[in-house]
Parts: sequence; C-alpha cells; structure tokens
Amino acid sequence: MSTTGRITGVNGNMITVQFEGAVGQNEVGFARLGELRLMSEVVRVRGRYADMQVFEDTTGLAVGDRVEFSGELLTVELGPGLLGQVFDGLQNPLPELAEKCGFFLKRGMYFPALPRDRSWKFTPSVKVGDAVSAGDTIGTVPEGIFQHRVMVPFGLNGVWKVAEVTGAGEYAVDHIVAKLADAQGAVIPVALMQKWPVKIPIRAYAERLRPTEALTTKIRIIDTFFPVARGGTYCIPGPFGAGKTVLQQLTSRYADVDIVIVAACGERAGEVVETLREFPTIHDPRTGRSLMERTVIICNTSSMPVAAREASVYTAVTLAEYYRQMGLQVLLLADSTSRWAQALREMSGRLEEIPGEEAFPAYLESVIASFYERGGVVTLKDGSTGSVTIGGTVSPAGGNFDEPVTQSTLKVVGAFHGLSRARSDARRYPAIDPLDSWSKYGGVVAAQDVAFARQVLGRGSEVGQMMKVVGEEGTHLDDFILHLKAEYLDAVYLQQDAYHDVDCATSAERQRHVFATIVHILRARMRFADKDAARQFFHRLTQATRDWNRLAMEAEEFKQQQSRLEGMLMEADSHA
Amino acid sequence: MHKVYHQIDNIAGNVVNVKAHGIRYRELAEITSRRGTSLAQVIRLQGDSVSLQVFAGARGIATDAHVRFLGHAMQVPFSEALLGRVFTGSAMPRDKGPALKDNFIEIGGPSVNPAKRIIPRRMVRTGIPMIDVFNTLVESQKLPIFARAGEPYNSLLARIALQAEVDVIILGGMGLKHDDYLSFRDTLEEHGALWRAVMFVHTAADPVVECLLVPDICLAVAEQFALANKRVLVLLTDMTNFSDALKEIAITMEQVPSNRGYPGDLYSQLAARYEKAVDFDTAGSITVLAVTTMPGDDVTHPVPDNTGYITEGQFYLRGGRIEPFGSLSRLKQLVNGKTREDHRTIMNSMIQLYAGYRETLEKQSMGFRMSSWDQKLLKYGAMFEKEMMDLSVNVPLEGALDLGWRILAGCFDPVETGIPSKLIEKFWPKQVSGARAEAGRSQA
Repeated sequence: MSTTGRITGVNGNMITVQFEGAVGQNEVGFARLGELRLMSEVVRVRGRYADMQVFEDTTGLAVGDRVEFSGELLTVELGPGLLGQVFDGLQNPLPELAEKCGFFLKRGMYFPALPRDRSWKFTPSVKVGDAVSAGDTIGTVPEGIFQHRVMVPFGLNGVWKVAEVTGAGEYAVDHIVAKLADAQGAVIPVALMQKWPVKIPIRAYAERLRPTEALTTKIRIIDTFFPVARGGTYCIPGPFGAGKTVLQQLTSRYADVDIVIVAACGERAGEVVETLREFPTIHDPRTGRSLMERTVIICNTSSMPVAAREASVYTAVTLAEYYRQMGLQVLLLADSTSRWAQALREMSGRLEEIPGEEAFPAYLESVIASFYERGGVVTLKDGSTGSVTIGGTVSPAGGNFDEPVTQSTLKVVGAFHGLSRARSDARRYPAIDPLDSWSKYGGVVAAQDVAFARQVLGRGSEVGQMMKVVGEEGTHLDDFILHLKAEYLDAVYLQQDAYHDVDCATSAERQRHVFATIVHILRARMRFADKDAARQFFHRLTQATRDWNRLAMEAEEFKQQQSRLEGMLMEADSHA
Repeated sequence: MHKVYHQIDNIAGNVVNVKAHGIRYRELAEITSRRGTSLAQVIRLQGDSVSLQVFAGARGIATDAHVRFLGHAMQVPFSEALLGRVFTGSAMPRDKGPALKDNFIEIGGPSVNPAKRIIPRRMVRTGIPMIDVFNTLVESQKLPIFARAGEPYNSLLARIALQAEVDVIILGGMGLKHDDYLSFRDTLEEHGALWRAVMFVHTAADPVVECLLVPDICLAVAEQFALANKRVLVLLTDMTNFSDALKEIAITMEQVPSNRGYPGDLYSQLAARYEKAVDFDTAGSITVLAVTTMPGDDVTHPVPDNTGYITEGQFYLRGGRIEPFGSLSRLKQLVNGKTREDHRTIMNSMIQLYAGYRETLEKQSMGFRMSSWDQKLLKYGAMFEKEMMDLSVNVPLEGALDLGWRILAGCFDPVETGIPSKLIEKFWPKQVSGARAEAGRSQA
C-alpha cells in the first residue's frame, strides 16, 4: 500500500503534508483537489511532516486535502518519438495539452510523453544467449534520420543474458521486445522505451573523455576567438537586451551537431514560439530535413509554475544524455540558468533556510556545478563516441557579473562568452565582449593568428581609451592606425548580421579563408598622409569587406570582391 | 451560507490572521469592521491559522471584526458594458455608472499554452519615428517604458493609446496621481476613444495593497476581449508601485528578502502578468505597454532589472525623448523586414552614427580639437535630435524613413555611412550626388 497524507499548510507553491508510512526525499506525490491531481515533489522531511513543492498553481488547496505518494522520483520517458516534440518541464507534451484543453494550460493534466498509439519499426540486434549490460543496444528503430537505439535499462547492474527477443516488426513504445535474465534467474522485460529519474546522471558508458574537437556554431567570434568543444560547457552571461536569446537561437539553428535540445527555462514564451513555428519550415542543410526533426524543446516559460521550471533543466539534460547514449552529438541550450537558480531561491525562501548571498541558497554552487558536469564526451561500450555540450545563458541582476549565479557558473564552464551592454548599445552584435571573454578549448583557425588578432584588439582598445583623454591630435598616427585596424576587425569579423541570409552563418572553411585575409590586412604596414586619410581609407575598406561578407562563398563576386580588397590594400601603401 | 469568524489573532501591516477551518488557498474573504468592509485574500494556510491580505489596508481593523469567507477567488464581471467605464482597483465603479453584477470571471488564471501562440506579425503604427523606425512596436508585445519620475510617460502612453490601431484599450492605474487619472480620462474622451476603453484606476490616495489586484483584473478582462477576437492594448502605470506593494506584503509575511527588500519571487510575479500578452492563433491579441519608474534613474534597481528580463524590450524615456541607446523592441525584426527594404539599414546606420556623435560630444566637452569627421557627426547629431527624436514629431513610417535618408545625405558621403552599396544606389537622395562626386575627387 502506498503512503498517503493530509495537507497541514499551504504557502505559495509549497505545501506541508502530514503523512502515514514512509516517504523518500524527492519522491513525487499528488495533491488531490477534487478531481484534479497536482504533481508535487518532497523537498524536506521533518518527523511526520513532509514539505513538498507543487509543480502547479496551488489556488484552492485546503488544509486536510489528501496527498498520495507515488514511491518514485521524478522520471522522464525515454524512447523513440522524443524528437520534434515540445514538452513542458515535466515532459507533458504541450501540443497534446492544447488539443485537449484549448488555449490555456490547465493544471493537473498529465499525458504520456511518448504517444502509445504510434508504432515503430524495430530491428533486433541481439540474439538469445547474448550477454548484455546497461546501455547495450538490443535493437534499433528508425526515428527521422537517426537509428534510434533501444537499450538495456541504464539502471541495470551486472551482466545479463538475453532470454527472449522478438523478431523484427512494428511495435508501440511500451511493447516488450526482449527479456533479460541474470545468473540468479531474475527476469526483467525491456520495452522500446524506458524511464529514468531526471536528477540522476546516466552513466552507462565505457569512459569519459576530454573534450577536444571544436564544435562549429558558425558564429565567427565564437568559433574563431572563443570556441566551444564538443562535450564542453560554456555560458553566456549578459544584461537584458544584450542578445543572449538571439545568440542561442542562432546556435540552435546552425551548430554542427546531430541533436539540439532547447530548454526554455523561465524565459519568454514568445521566444519558444519562434523556434516552435519556424523550425518545422527551416531545412537543415546537412540532412535536407526540417530542423524540428533534430530538435526537442523543453519549455517552461516564466509564467508557468516555478517548481516545474526547476525540473525542466534536469528533464532537458536527461534527454540529452539519452541521445548521447546512441553515439550522437547533442547540444543542450539552457536559457536561462538564472531563472532556474531563482526557482531554487524561491523554494529555499519558503523552506525558511538560512540564505546565502543575495538570498540564494548556500548549495547553489554545487547544484550548478553538478548540472554542468552532466555535459561531456564519452566512449560508449560499443566504441562509438557521443557528446553532450551544454550552453547556458545567465541573466545577472543589473548586468553585474559579480553576482552568485554568474560566479558559480564561471567556475565550472570551459568557455565564457560575456555579453556587454556597451557593445549592444552600439549595435555591435553579437555583443560578446572580445576583451573579457575566454575559452579553454581549441578553435577552427590557427592559434597564432588568433593571438595576433586579440593583440590588435587589445592595443587598439588601449589607444581608444587613451584618445579619450589626450584627444585625436595627441595620438601618434601609427597608434591611430592601430586603433582603426582594431575597429576594422571588430566591424567586419566580430560583428555578424544575424538577419542576413549569408552573413548569419559562416562555415569553418569560410572562417579560415576570411580570417586569413583579414589577418593579412591587419599585419600590413600602412602609411597615410594624415588621420583623415587613414579614416577615409578604413571607412571604404570596412564597407567593401562587409559587402564581401554578404556574398556567398561559391559566387563569382566573392572572388572579385576579394581581389578588390587586395587592391585597396596596395593603395594604402601608395598614400605615403 | 458561509460561516462568519469573529476572532482575529494577529494584525501586522496589512495582513491579519484568523483561526478557521476548510479554507482554500487564495480564497477571498470580506472583513467588516467599524471602518467599513474590505476584501481580503488568503495568502497562507498553516494548520487552522489563515493569513489574509487586506486590500483596503488593516488600519482600523479591530480584533473583533467579522471575517466572512466567500468560497471563491477574486472575480470581476465581464461584458461589453465595461467599455467606457471607470472602476477602482477592486473593480468597484469609480464613475457614476451602475455596478456590474453578471458574468463573473476569475482573475489570475493559468498561462497560455505556448503551443497555441503564434509568431507576432503585425506592426502597431504609432506615428512616433523613434518607435516606428527604430524600435517598432508589434502586436502582442509586452514593453515597458523605463523613466525617472517626472518624465512625461503618462502622456506618451496616452498618445500611443490614441494613435495605435486597436479595438479595445484597457488602462490599469496603480498609485496613479488623481490629476494623471483625470488627464488620461479627458484625453481619451476628447479624442473620442473613451467608448473603446475600460479603466481600472487605483490612485495614490487609495490603500497601497489594493493596487496588487489591478494588473490581474486588467489582464483578465483583456483576455476575455481577446478571446472574443478583439485586438486589445493594455496600459499599466506604474508597475514599480505594484512591486512595492508586493514587497510590503512579503516583508509583513517575514519572507527572506532577496534584493533591496523585494521578495525572491519578484521575477515570477512580474512575469505572470507580462506573459499575458499574447497573439492567439484563432482569436485576438493582447499588447501590454507598462510604465516602470526607475527610482534614482537606476536601471539596475530590482524592478526595472527584472522587468527588462521579462519584457520584449524597453523604451527609455529620458529628457522627454525616447533614448535610442538601451531602448529596444525585441520583436521589431519580425515586422521591419516587411515594411520597406531600407528600414533595417536606416535603423542600424543612423543609430551607429548617432553613437559616434555622442562620443564626439564627449570629446568636445573635454576641449579637444574637432576633426572634419567630428564636425560632420556634430551636424548630424543635432539634426537627428531635432527632426527625429523630438516626441512632437508625428509622421508615418515611410515619411520617417525618407527623412532619415535626407538627414544622412545632408551630413555625410555615402561611404561614411557604412550602408550597403546597393541601397545607396537606390535610396540616396539624388540632388546631393554632386557633393558626393566632389568628395570623391578631394579624396583622390
């Protein structure tokens, strides 16, 4: 018999429940409100009282209402049919909810994440008597462009023997396709889908590796200057309006990965809608299929219940780990981790825990660290490699990076793309600060060229600062040219027009080509009669290079424009 | 019949505690004391102790006041009869009209399923170039106006309300000065727009906590109009007062404050309201324009800061003008590609050059010599401020774009603007092409 209890207190989305029997930490329970069952999770137990966070609006609950405990942790369903879906933080499929409940998110409505009425073409890859262990492939089903592996449940310990396996055929996700037996004679069934608790990492792999291979995002400033590695982690902190979300959206479109999981965590619904409505119509150049077929959206927007927001990042990372287990490269984009941290803070406040800095709970740092640690490259048991790359945005209060969430995140990530208000105000997008940001990974262009370009940026900026004090007339012409060079590099390479068909995404090959040309220009010795002539020249050069950026690399004009640039460079010498 | 409770245990701030059974979370109660009757809402249940937030304020409530629970959460009447009417912060008539008693709807309902939303696609034309050209307002957008107290934000709101092409206007006043309320009403009346407006006004003279209801009431009503295929514009002024009321209650309830005394859930509270802005796939839409005054002109203050993260951009009102830096409409890219091909280019180029002008101004104020480029920027900046930024400028979008080209041509050579050569050929005003050729010669 399962445990039940009665509500003794309601405070916001937290209820206190007096229970009979046993409950576990993080166990899921349901508060009964008439016919409705509101999903909740145990966050603290004190004697016979459990404090639970409710994943729904608590309006209408009363002292004495019944609570039923499930005996399980918060789990998600893993199986074919996840791709292309839109879930809320608890893995409720939103389109289905819309079909059943209309415009609004009715509380207490839970649907299976994977449709039970759809069948999948299963091909077994094991035979009776084979020895298998957690994470081994039993068979495959085609899901879109991928061979979706049906795997031995990740939680299984030791080596098991295949006792039974069905032949190839069409089956629903809950159909038992194999039975496994161990030496003691215990038998467990394996279906096309399995369940996994979201807060526990999936570890059914052979070895975890160091992320070394670059992940091309097709955003020049990232790939060239502050690269991200497959299986690496990065964060994008920035004040509001600095372009975090646009950056995430661009990455979700153009990044060179197999699968993208978008976790819209406590952000605007409108942004999810853009992804939701546009992705089905955009074709992935690699596969020729719609982008939606490689995307899963976990969407718990800011007006949806706060506790489910906390669950949503875990749901997202669990799905990412699941596809990694199939030897795929997965990118998880979490926007924004600050909202998740705030959900922790709200709950901590209701529990009346002793607050840490800015009232965030004292365990914030370890929670953030263990989340980012779920990223990584792994070798699977069959020798293939899979990766989960995690990119999280951070929304620091007041745009000040000294706040707890940004600082805790910076400690654990491999790359930092700090967005700056000054750059976004000047419409220099993407507004990643080229002087403050850093990355520990290797990029797509030659490292010594990048070092040189960064030096130009740094010194150019110093000259710019100095000029503010001593004025243009007090600046030496050579310094002034250096400043112009830095500005030129910024204007034609760091800045990228997200809304232009060609400029929005620059392939690694094109980056190498363009960057080499630009570094050549930066290295050139230029002589000008005076500062005005220098400025005039750089105005024209900038415009010509920007025009170049807007031409497709295959087009004939691309080459012509490049020779025009080279011609201009020659001219800079003749100015003397 | 609902039971009446007589024994109030605690009174702290605007929160009272009463012992009662079978009470539901967020249920409404009526508290009757010597000073009159007020609505109150359940904000915490703990055993048999019920905490109630009293909307009219707890001042004058005695421990023997009568508390009658109503068995439902806050509701407002909804019908077409609301149009043209003015109500208080708790939806009682403020004008001389009759109280409305039918078709009650719950306020603060659930949020819209993201799967039922659509990508906003219609521009809201305002005739203000700083909005139409540079930060286009889009139907279903939620946008705050950040301003220091004393800026003409309410008149800007009123002007947008009059000029925007919408079916219904809902005004929510929170801590509104009585004069401001009257001037809103009079402006709408003068221009014949009152018949399509509903006003819920909590004035500065009313009890502070009462303003907590205003956004929810406005948005619940707006939602009903939108479901009935209406395009609704909701104006809220001022959300900082709303947040301060939240703070007051949170402190009274002894919640751990997160930042400058505001509760940790300020973000979620504000988001729950702003996120009501929506474009339904098969019905109308809600656009929300709200005023957030910035205490001390500080945008990092928790209220504007959290708001900025929630809304789809913001307008900064400074010195009576919409400031081009910082002001942002996040949705503009959805519509400004379809207006005219030069729209985005004009928008970006003019702002980049204006940024250059601001730098030059700084240099000038430090007494540096002005180069010929600086001179051009100075001329440009002055023209831009006078002919574009001034809030009295009232031209349709296309006129404003042409004006932009004229200003650029009056100050610069085409190459100096960084505008793609193709657009220059098409739009650069022809009469100054002589000046361009001349500039080319002097350069060679």
